[in-house]
Amino acid sequence: MARYRDNVEAVRNLVRPAEVHRDVYIDDEVFQLEMEHLFANTWVYIGHDSQVPNPGDYFGTTIGLQPVLMVRHTDQSVKVLFNRCPHKGTRITTETCGNTGKFFRCPYHAWSFKTDGSLLAIPLKKGYENTGLEQSHAGQGMTPVRHVHNYRGFVFAKINDFGQGFEEFFGESLSSFDNMIDRSPVGKLEVAGLPLRYMHNCNWKMLVENQTDTCHPMVAHESSAGTAVNVWKNAPPGTRKPMAVEIFAPFMSPYEFFENMGIRVWPNGHGHTGVHHSIHSDYSAIPGYFEKMVAAYGEERAKHILGENRHNTVYFPNLMIKGPIQLIRLFKPLAPNKTLVESYTFRLVDAPDVLLERTQMYNRLINAPTSVVGHDDLEMYERAQEGLHVDANQWVNVQRLYDPAEPVDVTAETNGTTEWQMRNQFHAWQKFMTMSM
Amino acid sequence: MTSPTDKEIIDFVIHEARLLDQHRFEEWLALYTDDAYYWMPLEWGQTDPKLVGSLMYEDKLLLQIRVERLKGNRTFSQKPKSRCHHVLQTPQIDSRDDAKNEYVTWTPMHYVETRHDDQQLYAAWATHTLTVVGGVLKIKLKRVDLVNCEAAFGNIQLFM
Ligand code: FES
Ligand SMILES: [Fe+2]
Repeated sequence: MARYRDNVEAVRNLVRPAEVHRDVYIDDEVFQLEMEHLFANTWVYIGHDSQVPNPGDYFGTTIGLQPVLMVRHTDQSVKVLFNRCPHKGTRITTETCGNTGKFFRCPYHAWSFKTDGSLLAIPLKKGYENTGLEQSHAGQGMTPVRHVHNYRGFVFAKINDFGQGFEEFFGESLSSFDNMIDRSPVGKLEVAGLPLRYMHNCNWKMLVENQTDTCHPMVAHESSAGTAVNVWKNAPPGTRKPMAVEIFAPFMSPYEFFENMGIRVWPNGHGHTGVHHSIHSDYSAIPGYFEKMVAAYGEERAKHILGENRHNTVYFPNLMIKGPIQLIRLFKPLAPNKTLVESYTFRLVDAPDVLLERTQMYNRLINAPTSVVGHDDLEMYERAQEGLHVDANQWVNVQRLYDPAEPVDVTAETNGTTEWQMRNQFHAWQKFMTMSM
Repeated sequence: MTSPTDKEIIDFVIHEARLLDQHRFEEWLALYTDDAYYWMPLEWGQTDPKLVGSLMYEDKLLLQIRVERLKGNRTFSQKPKSRCHHVLQTPQIDSRDDAKNEYVTWTPMHYVETRHDDQQLYAAWATHTLTVVGGVLKIKLKRVDLVNCEAAFGNIQLFM
């Protein structure tokens, strides 16, 4: 029996000001409604346009559970099409990325489509004369995702007409993208190779919440970061601190460090940790980099760009970026208890290679299925996914530093160990879930 | 041992896998030279371990951190502990260069890792670059190429 479908009130009641009902994480029907509403009413990250540099280049991904293709059209614009043949539904491309030339050709009956999706040709077209094909859905070609926005290379799409325009949805939060991109002396990023792909047996939102959970690193990561710090203590005195230890050590910072770093919330579920400093603040300078930045931007602006050390910026619903080390993580929902995490690294065009080397090292030490830090986190999510089935307590608590007068959909800065950003996300969850119901 | 025999090289590679299967991690780590690397590429035929993503590219310090971590009382992802099992084809000696003191082997293998009720099977090729230090064989580089290197994996917690 449907408990949530066609019951806006029931969906709304899943989120209280400082508590969230477990069905948000474990219920099949809620998950299905997320796919139909939340992921259709919000701007979802598709990919970076450096993944499709030339006309005909395509890259396959998903919005919620729906397969889409990002493609570079002949006029150089980037389109997002549902990856489905309008004829019988066949998936058009078999590989995640490649070049299709001037048109897509369905492998089943050879209908072909221009790279904006419009129908180009059908074999034995005569058979459709006077059948009214032009008026059918199939006759329109591959369906484009209606709303697409390319923000300085980062491509987002929104399926529904409900919801807000791109600028209104993201607003000031785009400053985190700006800072990541401006770290290139020429203001340009390129995806650097394949993403790490990590399968999680837990709900996708656990990962999103964890991005601004600053009370867990020194506890959960004692096993990885803590061990790294201890092993390093035995190095002969005078040994240069390796890049790996620079990456691990800040995870073990005390609560005070995280409290002082600050959290900023923005409307619509976006927000970030690391307002004043972050776990990325104390990395060694890379020779030659600052000079290049000064030459490109002038000293004052260069200092300003590099002085911003945001830790994790969450773009609701399912993207996180790390500006200071140029990587993004995408949390792709597959089922209530299954999430694919993809971690992409970026090259700062015209910056020294050592920066990319650090980015790659960070990604493998923290985000890989073979990474020890990743093991710490995933163990916690999977334990939570199981524990939530305890009937005795059906609510997840997000009450830390809650003030009953806390406003919603505002920009604010606060203590770095608050759970305000999680509450902010659940407020947005409730809003975009019910918007089209 | 001035230059190892083929049999000594093959026995060495097989012994390395056995140490892992028996959780003799400290003895295992001692098989690596101080400047050794353990590399698990992310891309098919990958040539650059640094500027392209890898599943692992660990120097001896990082390997030692892993070994220490496995023993830790607050290593929650190892409660209960994982176990592993290697099935190796006979290692093939791809090159032996006595003058350079470098021996390279190629070993197709299946690797199983288990924890709780889950058992995962991985197929891989291990390439060992070996050298003789102080009369004993040591590993300079172990490269593990998974057949499905770019697939989405759950936790892989031990060593292949
Ligand atoms: S299903 Fe695509 S052409 Fe028939
Ligand atoms: Fe964590």
